[in-house]
Amino acid sequence: MTNSWTDIKNTDLVVIMGGNAAEAHPCGFKWVTEAKANRGARLIVVDPRFTRSASVADFYAPIRQGTDIAFLLGVIRYCMEHDRIQWEYVKAFTNASYLVKEGFGYHDGLFTGYDEEKRDYDRSSWDYQIGDDGYVMVDDTLQNPRCVWNLLKEHVAVYTPEMVERICGTPKDKFLKVAEMISECSSPQKTMTSMYALGWTQHSKGSQNIRAMAMLQLLLGNIGVRGGGMNALRGHSNIQGLTDIGLMSNLIPGYLTIPTEREASFDTYMSTRGFKPLRPDQMSYWQNYRKFFVSFQKAMWNTAATPENAFAYDWLPKLDVPAYDVLRIFELMHEGKVNGYICQGFNPLLSAPNRGKITEALSKLKYLVVMDPLQTETARFWQNHGAYNDVDSAAINTEVIELPTTCFAEDEGSLTNSGRWLQWHWPGGTPPGEARPDNWIMAQLHLRLKRLYREEGGPVPEPILNLDWRYKNPDEPTSEELAKELNGWVVSDVVDPADPTKVTLAKGKQVASFAALRDDGSTACGCWIYSGCFTEAGNQMARRDTSDPDDTGTFPKWSWSWPVNRRILYNRASADLSGKPWDESRKLLWWDGAKWTGYDVPDIAPTAKPGVVMPFIMNPEGTARLFTRGMMRDGPFPAHYEPFESPVANVIAPRVRGNPAARVFKADMAQFGDSAEFPYAATSYRLTEHFHFWTKHVQVNAVLQPEFFVEIGEALANEKGIKPGSTVRVWSKRGSVTAKAVVTKRIKPLVCDGKTVHVIGVPLHWGFMGAARKGFGPNSLTPFVGDANIETPEFKAFLVNMELVSGPVA
Amino acid sequence: MTMELSRRLFLKGAGAGVAGSALGAFGFADAEAANAAAIRPFKLTGTTETRNTCTYCSVACGIILYSKGDVRNGEKADIVHIEGDADHPTNRGTLCPKGAALLDMVHSKTRTLHPQIRKPGASAFERVSWEQALDRVARLMKDDRDRNLVVKNNDGVTVNRWATTGFLAASATTNETAWLTYKVVRSTGIVAFDNQARV
Repeated sequence: MTNSWTDIKNTDLVVIMGGNAAEAHPCGFKWVTEAKANRGARLIVVDPRFTRSASVADFYAPIRQGTDIAFLLGVIRYCMEHDRIQWEYVKAFTNASYLVKEGFGYHDGLFTGYDEEKRDYDRSSWDYQIGDDGYVMVDDTLQNPRCVWNLLKEHVAVYTPEMVERICGTPKDKFLKVAEMISECSSPQKTMTSMYALGWTQHSKGSQNIRAMAMLQLLLGNIGVRGGGMNALRGHSNIQGLTDIGLMSNLIPGYLTIPTEREASFDTYMSTRGFKPLRPDQMSYWQNYRKFFVSFQKAMWNTAATPENAFAYDWLPKLDVPAYDVLRIFELMHEGKVNGYICQGFNPLLSAPNRGKITEALSKLKYLVVMDPLQTETARFWQNHGAYNDVDSAAINTEVIELPTTCFAEDEGSLTNSGRWLQWHWPGGTPPGEARPDNWIMAQLHLRLKRLYREEGGPVPEPILNLDWRYKNPDEPTSEELAKELNGWVVSDVVDPADPTKVTLAKGKQVASFAALRDDGSTACGCWIYSGCFTEAGNQMARRDTSDPDDTGTFPKWSWSWPVNRRILYNRASADLSGKPWDESRKLLWWDGAKWTGYDVPDIAPTAKPGVVMPFIMNPEGTARLFTRGMMRDGPFPAHYEPFESPVANVIAPRVRGNPAARVFKADMAQFGDSAEFPYAATSYRLTEHFHFWTKHVQVNAVLQPEFFVEIGEALANEKGIKPGSTVRVWSKRGSVTAKAVVTKRIKPLVCDGKTVHVIGVPLHWGFMGAARKGFGPNSLTPFVGDANIETPEFKAFLVNMELVSGPVA
Repeated sequence: MTMELSRRLFLKGAGAGVAGSALGAFGFADAEAANAAAIRPFKLTGTTETRNTCTYCSVACGIILYSKGDVRNGEKADIVHIEGDADHPTNRGTLCPKGAALLDMVHSKTRTLHPQIRKPGASAFERVSWEQALDRVARLMKDDRDRNLVVKNNDGVTVNRWATTGFLAASATTNETAWLTYKVVRSTGIVAFDNQARV
């Protein structure tokens, strides 16, 4: 989230698209209710199903899953055509006026530079024109045909209301009503918030779904303001934190990146991370990259990371592929190239797509380790559970080790919520049986590996032997000790260059924020964006002061939010070029003549002059990008692509299947189904009583929604002779499930490009462990393909067939 | 954590005072006593309150754990009740159908209780000690790393890449566990490192 849950009360218009907050985030959704009740805010829901969110919306429009980009570009087109643009914001704070290289273009659904064989682009033409002064060339009049504004206008021209209806199945009048309501928020005194979740991310073009809305929000001037923003609702309690801390193949904490093997030395690595400003006087904050990186290396290896060994640069692995994401690793496992897999939580047998393939892959492992507070299906993938896990145990030679862990109620530490608040919690109960905290387990594994390398030797033991381990009890580091490392500390005294007798940073002290970090090895910091969470003033994440000056919804002293306790990102954009708030009744930050002041921590240098330094300080442009250069694999603008399994062809580019830049492994391509064989458009979703697979283990929730079902509309039910409660079989090219049919008015057929499309809903919860009845999940059916940029699997749009089954469920 | 006088403790004290004076003043001691005997004692009497966060979604609702015994004083503590934290700015005491049933999650019959190993081809787990389980995992990891760590690539570049064992981190562990996990996993050279952000 750029904003926070409590800030939603400040909005005028909530758009829920790609999510279902009333169902999946009920206690956060109350802030939508607050905005409606107290401000007269309105709620729009755009979804294939008439969801619980839709049931309390002011306006609902149906859409076929996987066509959100066409819809959103249609709204952008509408706003441009009707001059519903926050012009001052767009001209000053975005790259609308920047000139793009002559070579860049978009034809027949493809951007320039496409290589069909590699399913990838040469992105060199997707860039700005650079002038003799080294800065991007701009045309403030927006007349130049090569400026971003005009290229965008041309790009969205095809998405007329008629085209939106043809692609999305959204009736033209409903689309126009939504577009009109959204466009009103171009007024500087009106804001709109976007609330989305996996309904946007779980597509082969998920990142571009979000980009499309972010662009719309920029055109309306809704980023950085109260009641605005791009608000990813996030799923799990600390998935924001796990991502911030970079537990991903290609990340280092704080969104730094792991080197590739083309970056043989630290100097080569840094050579592409200079972040030279692209416009005069801009901050381009990533210019501090080296400070964050060196401080990270010091947090890993402390005294063993020295200037002489390039701060232990070689002890980091170097990647040969963009990432070993979960899809790639299961592909490699399936090819027999992986020996061991360790799951700390997570339940990939039910969470990863194409379950049949996952079972085969796990069966090829030598060893599987599962650390979990609950008995997961993954840890028991080798057990036969009849139709629900039909395997031959004797034929599976994987050694499986299950380690019992504590759960939330028995451990201590911080969790980062959607709004980037790091909230500390305390243990209240004794763990059951022999369950142990993850901190103890990870420490034990490390200490054992260290002992084995000391005793036996082995290749490159240094990064293990030298890992910084100054914990009071080496067997179990405490959460406070670890939080202090995340915050950062002073490794050696730093003196004032003007007066060497004056120590500015004293050895052993916690740093106050990342502004204190240095690139000479005198500071250490586990995760620079978390710097400030545990300072000399104590644990900021444990703060419980509920004060909220002037009821802005900021709650500046409740817990701590990254970065530097900032509650709304890009908040400098809440004021105009001169530093005056766009909306006095909703002011957040303003220029008082000498410095920035207001309700939030300024997202800009406190004395940076308005009109000179632009608000998007992390970008070398200083502005936000409507055109994103070569930073995304599948295009600098979003474009409509069908899901890989779609009931209709791409009407804009009939030759293109799916997202042309999405990675597809060879065998998986052959497992995509066509609409002739699989006529129904399926999607996955979750019920308010359930949380993924965890609530299967909870008696109350297992009872509330007891049995696996699929949801179908009345028209399809009539066509197939299916009655409410009938047993049906649903199958895709990859697998088959049996379920009760819930026949509903909530799903209605859509007409797309002249063809009637029936949508089928497949809820996610059931498996073969826990208190709930055994059942299936969507991953028995879904395709093994992910988003082109970050490989989130395409769970929200796939094709199935369905038939009525007589007789009892297997 | 500052354990300021909680509302519950305050109300409990105040309630006892009011009842005591009322009994004395009106002389209904017998009837009141009979009534009091028939009423189940308030279940949270004498429990320890602990601030925590709901483990499910990322709204991160504040919750209060009520336990018999205080785990931070080294006592055995049994959580007997969980409710929303009325002081919390986001949820203001409310919980959804999942959060309201958190107690059943803590005490689920299918919690993992002991380390277990399932041998190749076996049809059941066998219970083992923590020592056995951890020694075994470390042995398997070391053997695989020793055999398969790619120290240099074909161009002679030092890459220290271990791609034959993967680590899949979760989504509900603390930031502190995440950081410790990061340190331990990255120091081995594991590249197949991912979390649940995508699903």
